[in-house]
Parts: sequence; structure tokens; C-alpha cells
Amino acid sequence: MNQVEIMVIGGGPAGLCAALAASSLGAKVLIAERDDIAGGQLVKQTHKFFGSEKQYAGDRGIQIGQMLLDNAQADPNIEIWTDSTVLGIYEDGIVTVEHEGAHAKIKPERIIIATGAAEKFLSFPGNDLPGIYGAGAVQTLMNVAGVKPAQSVLMVGAGNIGLIVSYQLKQAGVEVSAVIEGLPTIGGYLVHASKIQRAGIPVLTRHTILEAYGDGKVEGAVIAEINEKWQPIPGTEQKIPCDAICLAVGLSPLTELAWQAGCEMAYIRELSGHVPIVDDYLETTRPGIYCAGDVSGIEEASSAMVEGRLAGISAAASLGFGKEQVEELQKAAMSELDELRAGPMGAHIRLGLEKVAAKGGSKICS
Amino acid sequence: MRIEEHPVLNFERGEKVSFFFNGQEVEAYPTETIAAALHALGVRKLGESPELHRPRGLFCAIGNCSSCFMTVDDEPNMRVCVIKVKPGMRVEEQHGKGVICL
Repeated sequence: MNQVEIMVIGGGPAGLCAALAASSLGAKVLIAERDDIAGGQLVKQTHKFFGSEKQYAGDRGIQIGQMLLDNAQADPNIEIWTDSTVLGIYEDGIVTVEHEGAHAKIKPERIIIATGAAEKFLSFPGNDLPGIYGAGAVQTLMNVAGVKPAQSVLMVGAGNIGLIVSYQLKQAGVEVSAVIEGLPTIGGYLVHASKIQRAGIPVLTRHTILEAYGDGKVEGAVIAEINEKWQPIPGTEQKIPCDAICLAVGLSPLTELAWQAGCEMAYIRELSGHVPIVDDYLETTRPGIYCAGDVSGIEEASSAMVEGRLAGISAAASLGFGKEQVEELQKAAMSELDELRAGPMGAHIRLGLEKVAAKGGSKICS
Repeated sequence: MRIEEHPVLNFERGEKVSFFFNGQEVEAYPTETIAAALHALGVRKLGESPELHRPRGLFCAIGNCSSCFMTVDDEPNMRVCVIKVKPGMRVEEQHGKGVICL
């Protein structure tokens, strides 16, 4: 059995920032990362980030991921286990991990769950054909492996991910036949949408995919316009020939470990699914277990990094580290989160957090 | 097909190695996952659904979704989207649910 002060589950932006913050106060941290390299989804984000300088705005996601990873690897208080999948969190607080082909048991004093999210899927005939990919998969193929996912792609979803990945496909030399979006307006930032439109890619709002067709693999899609009730309008169907369909229709929090640990959960639509109820310091209803990043509600990587920092500080503080600095550090992180969630793009997050508060949590913007 | 020129990224791939796909010797870079290597070779179909035998490809590419199960060195149900290519590795399309030999 390994004794650990703080165990961070997931080495993405939230997990790395949690580990760095906890370590900066003197705590010893173990990060368990499922992939063979930490960095989470930042390793495939070639676009520049927004926000303020505090969240590394202006840098590309890959650079931010590398910087966080370099800092964590150079930190003597932080140990990173890669190729290590956490299998369970038990009643007695023991965490089991598949590590180097063996079943390891860890007894951490505090746990920070930073498992991130999984891509959502859509129901339509032919949706299981080879060539139907999540947007993250397209990014992994082209930005990590350097392999073109297809020759011509239909993008489903005009949120930030759909727009950014469409642009990245163009950069990789792949055609994007169209971006379709069920909502009447483009969901992502205007700056991303403008880039797409300047590149000559049509963005069709109020459109949906009816089916994917092809013999053994995607050869095209049938799309149609939809009415206010989201029903296809007869006569508007059109065939879009393509050899891949990319689904950028949102993410769901990867909450299995929080459920299994017995944390109180609630379905909050604005946060994209069931999420653990957490307090101001991101502690769940199970004392000593914290959640940070997409696992407690889908947002941007920038807020995941700040949440990670807040959870790391709070977990370390609860073990007696960092005494007089703690309050100031927590306040700074909370006010950064408020800033990131301010404005019209953060409206649904604020609403979601109010719902969390109504269910007994208090993760709420001022 | 691999990306050779990119405005932001450089791909350092090292030396090619060979492995076996459905018994046939093929080449890839050891930095690539099996799924990425097969994609670069133009292979989209990685297997089939165990009961209806519908073709299956990858979906998530990060080990979440189980769509890319193949048999690797006789071990079934391997998530080839997160396993790197190794020289001499035997990768096969899986038919059915696979049997684990203990």
C-alpha cells in the first residue's frame, strides 16, 4: 500500500494545476494519468487561448500543456504515473490503479478528481459507420499523430470546438464541406466563426444530419433544415458527399469515480450532465474528495486550470499546509473564475452553478 | 495519409518500423498509435460489431469508447487508439467478442 498526501486523478489542465498548486504549499502529490503522457486534451489544441494573462491567453494549448507538464516534472513534490488508469475509490478511502500492468493500491489523505469529459454522440441512421468521429478524435489524429482523418469532412456543431476543429482541418489540408448547427445561431466565439467563413466554409444554422450513408464506410450524409420544433422540413434534404463526419456536439463530464465514491450528484443541464455537488473550495459531499475541471461541469480549459489550482490549494490547506497564504490564494482563484464566467458566453455556466447552489453546493459566482 | 506540412506543428516521427495487419506486413512510425498507423495506410474499418457484424471504426481516439477493439498479439479487445505500434506486432480485425486465454 502506498501512502500519499494528495492524489490527483487525471493529468490534464485541471489535474496538473491542482498538483502544482498543492505542491507549491508543500504537499506531496501523486498524479495518475491514463494516457502515456500527461497534458490531457491540451496536447492537441493548436489554437491560441483567450482569457487573461493569468490563464496564459495568447499561448497555444500545446504550449500551455507543455509548460504545465515541464513544471510538474521538474517538481520534486510531484510524482506522475502515466499509463495508469484509476479503477475505483472505495469506502475506506483506498484508490486502486492499474499501473505498469499491476493492480496498485493507494491510500491518499486527499483526492482530487480531475477526469475531464467524454464526447457526446448523436442518434441517426448509419452513425456507426467507420468515418464518424468525435471532434477530439479528429484533433488527435491530425494534431498528435499527424495523420489526415479524411479528405473531406462534414462538421456537425458550430460551437467553439466545431469551429476550431474545422479551421484546424483546413490547416491540415483537409476539405470541410460544411459546418451544420441545429441552433438558429452560431454558438462559438465570433472570432472563430469569422475565420471559418473567411476560409469559405459554409455554416448552415438550423440544419441537422438525417443519416450517414456509405458501403462499409462513410461516403456522405443527408442533411436538412429544421423548424423551430427541431423537426426536419420536408423538401430541404440535401446530400453532402464526404468521407468523414465529425461530431462536435458537446461533452459529458466523466463522473464514474465521483459516483462510485458516493459523492452526491445532480443533473444540471447547463453543466452538460450529472455533476458532483461541490462547495466553494470544490470539495464534494464526501469529505476529502475534491473535483476540478470538466468533471464538475463542462467549461473551457482556462477555467479548468483555475479550478485545479483552487482544489489543489484547498486540499493542501486542509492538511495544514500554507497557513497564512491560503485565504488570499483561494480568493484570487475564485475571482479569476468569476472573471472567466462573466459576460454573455458564461451565462449558462452561471445558471448551472446557481442550480448547484440550490442543491446544497456553493460553487457560485459572486 | 500523413500531414507533411503544417503551419503550426512539426511531426518528428523517427524511423519506420514494420508490423502485421491481418497477416500482411505494413509500415508505420513507432510514435503512432495502431489506429493512427492504420488510418495513414487508408484502413478505416478496424473490426465489426460482435452480433450484427456491422463495420466499426474509431470514434473517440482517447480510449473512452471501445469502438476500436482489435486483437493485438492474440489478445482481444485491445483499444488500438491508445496502443503504440511496435515492430513485429500482430494486429488483427476481431470477429465476435474475443476469448481471453488465462
